[in-house]
Amino acid sequence: MSYIAKSKFHHPKLPVNDLGLTRRDYEGPLSTLCAGCGHDSISAAIIQACHEVSIEPHKVAKLSGIGCSSKTPTYYLDKSHGFNSVHGRMPSIATGANVANKDLLYIGMSGDGDTASIGLGQFSHVVRRKLNMVYIVANNGTYGLTKGQNSAMTDLGSKNKKGVENPFDAIDIASLALQLGATFVARSFSGDKDQLVPLLKAAMAHNGFALIDCLSPCVTFNNHVGSTKSYDYVRDHNETLNRTDFVPMKEEIVTHYEPGSSREVCLHDGSVLHLHKLDDEYDTSDRVAALHYLQRKQHEGKVLTGLLYVNTDTPDLHEITNTVDKPLNQLVEADLCPGNAALQSINESLR
Amino acid sequence: MRAVDNKAVNVVENTAENRKVSAVRINDFVIKFANVNGTGSASANHLFAKSIFRLGIPVSPRNVFPSNIQGLPTWYEVRVSEQGYLGRKDTVDIMVAMNAQSFLDDVNNVAPGGYVLYDATKPLDTERYRSDIHWIGIPITEICLREFSNPKQRQLFKNIVYVGALIALLDIEFAVVKDLIKDQFSGKEKLITPNVFALELGCQWARENLSCPLNIRVKRLDKLANKILIDGNEAAGLGCVYAGATVAAWYPITPSTSLVDSYSKYCERLRIDAGTGKKKFAIVQAEDELSAVGMVLGASWNGARAFTATSGPGLSLMSEFLGLAYYSEVPVVLFDVQRGGPSTGMPTRTQQSDVLAAAYASHGDSKHLLLFPANPTECFQFAAKAFDLAERFQTPVITLSDLELGMNDWATDKFEWDDTARYDRGKVLTADDLDALTAQGKEWGRYDDVDGDGIGYRTYPGVHPDKGAYMTRGTSHDAFARYTEKGDIYVEGMERLRRKFKTAAKALPAPIIKPSDQNSLYGVICYGTTDLAMQEALDLLTAQGIELDMMRIRAFPFCDDVFDFVEHHKQVFVVEQNRDAQMRMLMINEGDINPVKLDAVLHYDGMPITATFIADSIAEKLQQLIPNKQFVDSTPDKTSSKKGAK
Repeated sequence: MSYIAKSKFHHPKLPVNDLGLTRRDYEGPLSTLCAGCGHDSISAAIIQACHEVSIEPHKVAKLSGIGCSSKTPTYYLDKSHGFNSVHGRMPSIATGANVANKDLLYIGMSGDGDTASIGLGQFSHVVRRKLNMVYIVANNGTYGLTKGQNSAMTDLGSKNKKGVENPFDAIDIASLALQLGATFVARSFSGDKDQLVPLLKAAMAHNGFALIDCLSPCVTFNNHVGSTKSYDYVRDHNETLNRTDFVPMKEEIVTHYEPGSSREVCLHDGSVLHLHKLDDEYDTSDRVAALHYLQRKQHEGKVLTGLLYVNTDTPDLHEITNTVDKPLNQLVEADLCPGNAALQSINESLR
Repeated sequence: MRAVDNKAVNVVENTAENRKVSAVRINDFVIKFANVNGTGSASANHLFAKSIFRLGIPVSPRNVFPSNIQGLPTWYEVRVSEQGYLGRKDTVDIMVAMNAQSFLDDVNNVAPGGYVLYDATKPLDTERYRSDIHWIGIPITEICLREFSNPKQRQLFKNIVYVGALIALLDIEFAVVKDLIKDQFSGKEKLITPNVFALELGCQWARENLSCPLNIRVKRLDKLANKILIDGNEAAGLGCVYAGATVAAWYPITPSTSLVDSYSKYCERLRIDAGTGKKKFAIVQAEDELSAVGMVLGASWNGARAFTATSGPGLSLMSEFLGLAYYSEVPVVLFDVQRGGPSTGMPTRTQQSDVLAAAYASHGDSKHLLLFPANPTECFQFAAKAFDLAERFQTPVITLSDLELGMNDWATDKFEWDDTARYDRGKVLTADDLDALTAQGKEWGRYDDVDGDGIGYRTYPGVHPDKGAYMTRGTSHDAFARYTEKGDIYVEGMERLRRKFKTAAKALPAPIIKPSDQNSLYGVICYGTTDLAMQEALDLLTAQGIELDMMRIRAFPFCDDVFDFVEHHKQVFVVEQNRDAQMRMLMINEGDINPVKLDAVLHYDGMPITATFIADSIAEKLQQLIPNKQFVDSTPDKTSSKKGAK
């Protein structure tokens, strides 16, 4: 039984957000993942981000495929509908759901195997279609639920628990997403909540396909010396590109930033993202340069994190297909059925 | 079709005897057009068939085409039948032989005493081929080269010229064909004049040079006042528009592609918001069939009516998601326009060989609702019905059509829509419903069978700020949609699904039973397009003194009527267009029927089943069952009708 209800009891002084909700209102039942699993930190970051931006929980749909990563939607946002689908196929569920109702926020949770091995096809095409969603890859470089096999995102030369080196090149999902037209691409680390939470908030406010490739160590099967996805390795090799502050639309900007050190990105809903550049030359609006930079840092053995690319001008799937403003699932029979009179004239045209 | 074989050419010696003038036949013949694909013959041939339809004479045109775009042989068979027999007939009375590649075979396929219309621009020693048929040589190429200067028109109008000649030869009313051209090119008026001119050229040449009309003729019947001419895919696509489908996700595959094309065509006409010009529908061409059906699940889960259309290979790919939809109880509407399998099989030929794959698609104990339309009117009705059923029973509904029905035009009953009827959206709770439950002190569980019919109550995402949310999952779950590994709770859920399917069996389209005049001890069962040949087969059998009760199955799971029919007959023949008798297997499996009681009649060469095949097969089987009774007239040669089966 992996459903363990959490007590609803909470401290009366727990902070409330604009909706009067505490962070407990954004939680789910107890996680059944291994103690220390990076994925639980991602869940916590999602809970914090949703609470802080005061999103109504029922306006979120959480979607996943199969694997440890895909179990996590159960453990956050208990008041949101969820769809734990089949292995590698979450993108098609997300596409159909979004096409039917564009008014919800879609948070897709996947893993490195679920996305880059069995799900590479669907992942590629959901990016191409510019679906408005947040797609998180909880990237631990291993198949946890089947006990430690390599995935397509396990780095070349990374050692498994038995010490065997992975002989194959890894798929870099951030580079792939950039090439395929994703309009928000970030990489983060489950152990760095200060970085992850603002990125999540920005991804949620972004209109278009937002990818967060989130390194998330597997404490049971991939946290040893020789693994490139262990806590120690990621901490040692992390090169942070920028830090971000997310200021929701309705809040006044009070913090002052030194000119030249930061850049403002206005997101679709009016929110503002402040980027504190740690590398002066990097430009988050240059897709080609971003691809090059990613490859170079990878070659240098660095794990580049931060916001890699953002483009707020590209239409999403609904704009491309020119659907009506009202969500399709809210159209009623009177909007949809042409009636018998129209049918009789169709009959006549078929005579 | 057989490969070209010179030795197969049949030269009959006694020419005078064979060519003797037969009696005049009105409105009862098969004409076959042999063309090269990609030469524009399809629209000319369609023009011919539709003219017959406009004269009110039952007609069934069939496109027999290759899996190719240009250069290979393609045929168009038109059966004209005053009695209204629309099934395929395995004989050809008139062959319009326009393809040198298949010429020998085409000539050989003509029944003795029949006609071959050919392009006589280059002289042809017809006696070399056959002398027991009539040869009609028309210098078609010469006429077109003389009359048209545009190279494209020279090619295209060859087809219209032979249609013109057929007007004279078969005594068709010229004005009917001319009007049809006007209708077809309305909006492109520039094309009307040259088309009508080409038609006149052919007609005039035939009248001046040939003895018209032939003994095979067409005569206005005005018998089709309540009919329209449409193919099954177009009908089903239109049905989806009427059913309120807003999301179509699909991957191109023959022979289902035109179903989504139809949905798109009618949506562009009927579903554009007048104020903004925006679309009240979305069509997503997926990267494969897995994704296509996944999108349908996602959209249906969110409360939109969504569908996909595919054929056998796509159904195989969709199986994984069908299992998820079955177990997590998400509506799916799927059209499987069947073609010849297994694997890539015969992509442009017809079969009914996905029945078992559809009924039990996916691993584990899964089962799906199936509908079997037999004509375009049912394609329209069942398409609309499929959405009601999928939402009522929160499960996939697979409509099994086939290439024969989906891609060919049929004279079918006009469509009707009851404006007073409402969509059945099934058991869905609104925010108010959820609040009312709380007020009553009741706890809602997504898979809780509160009504005892096996169907729980759904909620759509976003319904209520703090009620009604749950996790849809393909993992084992309890009545509250929570993951569980407890065996007893799992079994409870699976038994509830069984209960749900029992409820569904009663709500599906009932079988159509046609009892014989004298309640027979013997019965025959068919489904889908086999129905098109069945009435004629029953009439052929009656002429031999064999009376059979007939039942056409229209849905799965079977209702009691289906099993009662078997129960009430001594022996039942199950006629199908597949090798393995899949419907028979399904019946035996689901109804614990003694297999000996169900006798399979199987036709599966990819061409549609014929009435003579059915009648001969059943007569033969009956003679074996009851040898002392003389059911079959043993004189005529029946070998030709046995094509397509072992």
